[in-house]
Amino acid sequence: MKIRNREEGQETQLNMTSMIDIVFLLLIFFVMTFKIVELEGDFSVRMPLAGNDSVAMDSTELPIKLRMRADELGRLTSLSLNEIDLGQDFDQLRGNVISLIGTTTPVEGDDGPEIEIDTDYNLRYEYVIRAITAVSGYKDGNEVVKLIEKIKFAKPRR
Amino acid sequence: MRVKSKKVDLAEGDLTPMIDMAFQLIAFFMVLINFAQTESNDRVKLPSSQLVKPPEAPLEFPIILHVAKDGEIFLGGDSFTAETLRVGLNNEIAVIKAEGKSVKDANVVIRAHKDTAAGDVQEVIRVAQEVNLENFALRVKEDRS
Repeated sequence: MKIRNREEGQETQLNMTSMIDIVFLLLIFFVMTFKIVELEGDFSVRMPLAGNDSVAMDSTELPIKLRMRADELGRLTSLSLNEIDLGQDFDQLRGNVISLIGTTTPVEGDDGPEIEIDTDYNLRYEYVIRAITAVSGYKDGNEVVKLIEKIKFAKPRR
Repeated sequence: MRVKSKKVDLAEGDLTPMIDMAFQLIAFFMVLINFAQTESNDRVKLPSSQLVKPPEAPLEFPIILHVAKDGEIFLGGDSFTAETLRVGLNNEIAVIKAEGKSVKDANVVIRAHKDTAAGDVQEVIRVAQEVNLENFALRVKEDRS
């Protein structure tokens, strides 16, 4: 009996080495492939080819025109909204948009105002996104207040 | 001699807490790993905006165009320029039509580098318009600051 007891007690000790090897391999694999996902979202732009769309021709409302000028390095030099010069101030652009569309309440559907962005060819895309951000709404606490939802681009300037 | 043999027994440390931690770490990384993020491109660094939110439902029939800083366009692993992009788009449209949908159902997702010339992005849109695509989504990074 004594001998049996001793043998059983010794057998219960498992050899952990191989399991730990695998566990560490798995761990290293997951650590190496780990990448923090950046959250992304979209600005939706509906832009049929000009001239094909008869609805656009019926529209009596002219689009608001935003002109963006760039220097030769692609930096923004000036913004102008309907020929009113705004310098480089995106907050001022937002203020002017609010006063132009007359209301800060969101407009539903396709009846909202439209803005046409006319930019220099070499302007950096980042500035265009900043302008789109400024005209399409602003953040009020956690709520997003929408301003202009219809955005289109003018013909590219060469 | 007996004392020495006891010391050998003590040298086998208790591995349980280490294994617990290792498994916890594995579980953590397994949960957070995201293999679905295949639509990104190393050469594209998106601009950011505070207003965008991740879409609740994925876009229908997305055509994802990556525009690198120098204006090179990537569509499904192939590289195009604004002039040759039409060929790639026509292939995508053929796939969409084969599924019984019209061109107007497709969504063109433009992932452009933040320092790309805006004109290059406009050219991409122009080419897409010429093949009757009309829904565009300008993809940007969410800025939560």
